[in-house]
Amino acid sequence: MGLDFSVVPGWMDTILLGVVWTIAITVSAAALSFVGGILLAVIALYAPWIVRQPFRLFAWLFMGTPLLLQLFLIYFGLIQIGIDLPAFVAGVVGLGLHFAVYNSELIQTAIIAVDTGQMEAARTLGLSRTQALRKVVVPQAVRDVIPPIGNNMIALLKDSALVSVIGVTELTLSAQLAIGRTYRPFEFYLVAAVCYYVINLGMEAVLRRIERRIALSR
Amino acid sequence: MLDFDLMLRIYPFFLQAAWVTIQLSILTTILGLICGSLGAAARLSRHGYLRMIGATYVSLFRGTPALIQLFLLYFGGPQVGIQLDAFEAGVIGLGVNIGAYMTETMRGSIIAIDKGQAEAARTLGLSSYQAFRNVVLPQALRLMIRPLGVNINALIKGTALVAAISVVELTYTAQRYIGSTYKPFEMFLLSGLLYMVIIYVVGKGITYLDRKVRLT
Repeated sequence: MGLDFSVVPGWMDTILLGVVWTIAITVSAAALSFVGGILLAVIALYAPWIVRQPFRLFAWLFMGTPLLLQLFLIYFGLIQIGIDLPAFVAGVVGLGLHFAVYNSELIQTAIIAVDTGQMEAARTLGLSRTQALRKVVVPQAVRDVIPPIGNNMIALLKDSALVSVIGVTELTLSAQLAIGRTYRPFEFYLVAAVCYYVINLGMEAVLRRIERRIALSR
Repeated sequence: MLDFDLMLRIYPFFLQAAWVTIQLSILTTILGLICGSLGAAARLSRHGYLRMIGATYVSLFRGTPALIQLFLLYFGGPQVGIQLDAFEAGVIGLGVNIGAYMTETMRGSIIAIDKGQAEAARTLGLSSYQAFRNVVLPQALRLMIRPLGVNINALIKGTALVAAISVVELTYTAQRYIGSTYKPFEMFLLSGLLYMVIIYVVGKGITYLDRKVRLT
């Protein structure tokens, strides 16, 4: 059959729109996974037993099963209980929760590693436990854990391709739309791969800058 | 509430699907280890062009989504003369993909071995190959079991991707039964539990291996 890239330029609008959506999903899910990761970590370490256990079960389920399966559960499960989320929102929630669990593991370790003296000093200065956590311990823990969280976010970018299966028109599904019309899978998946690779390089550059800034602030 | 009758009725289909997932995982692990060894050898080679090939392999396969690689191979392959059925494409696509991650794991473990070890072996009259084979590698192999276990854990969950090219494994089966029964939670529980059993058993195996090589 051979390759013919001459059909690609006509579809670049669709592909670039897909790029925009992929970035939008990645950024939204990354934000959710970051905030969710901190919350989950604090709950896992400080919440009373009765609150902690359901969250541990949740984390255990999310770490032991494939993301694709979780996306199906969230998308179809919420419809079943009467919540009809748009595919985009379901995708962001699925990706965000999945990576929140992984981030939370990192943040927990970092919180434990922040010297107990920090908490004691903050308490001596009259801060409540919550204030000490929020203003002293957690910020330091989060700073320490930015580089590995960055790696998770790069994994998140690549896993964002999975939300195409629940019908979010991001880069992968955009490529599939073009393929459906042109019957040129090799060309368009290659174009999509190049786009992902470029976004990936951009993300790595941003992360390196952030890491350097953190290293300087120490 | 959960429909246990339904779960009892259809769980044999999920067991069959789990067996496919296990086969996929085993074959992918073997291919991944082969690609990882070759990749690590290339990245640590004294020849610049081999190092470049190794680095390019790792960068390209870790820099793009596994799903896209799989689609490119399965749907795009016939255009360039590669005809594979879905299962074969799944094993090859996922194996070459995880091989890029394993390359880095193996390389990391090898360069973590103190340089003095190789130097001492060379001083004692071993050739550089003998020094690598008999001194550095045995120590590096011990170091890499745990991180390779992490790669394999990710790989087992990653086999779910082949559902997107219609290989009838656990996730595909769950998806199909969600579509026909409208019981997503039940299907998630059935397939999720089976994934966790597989991952638990493999995790135990890795821990056992790791402890065993540590004692000797």
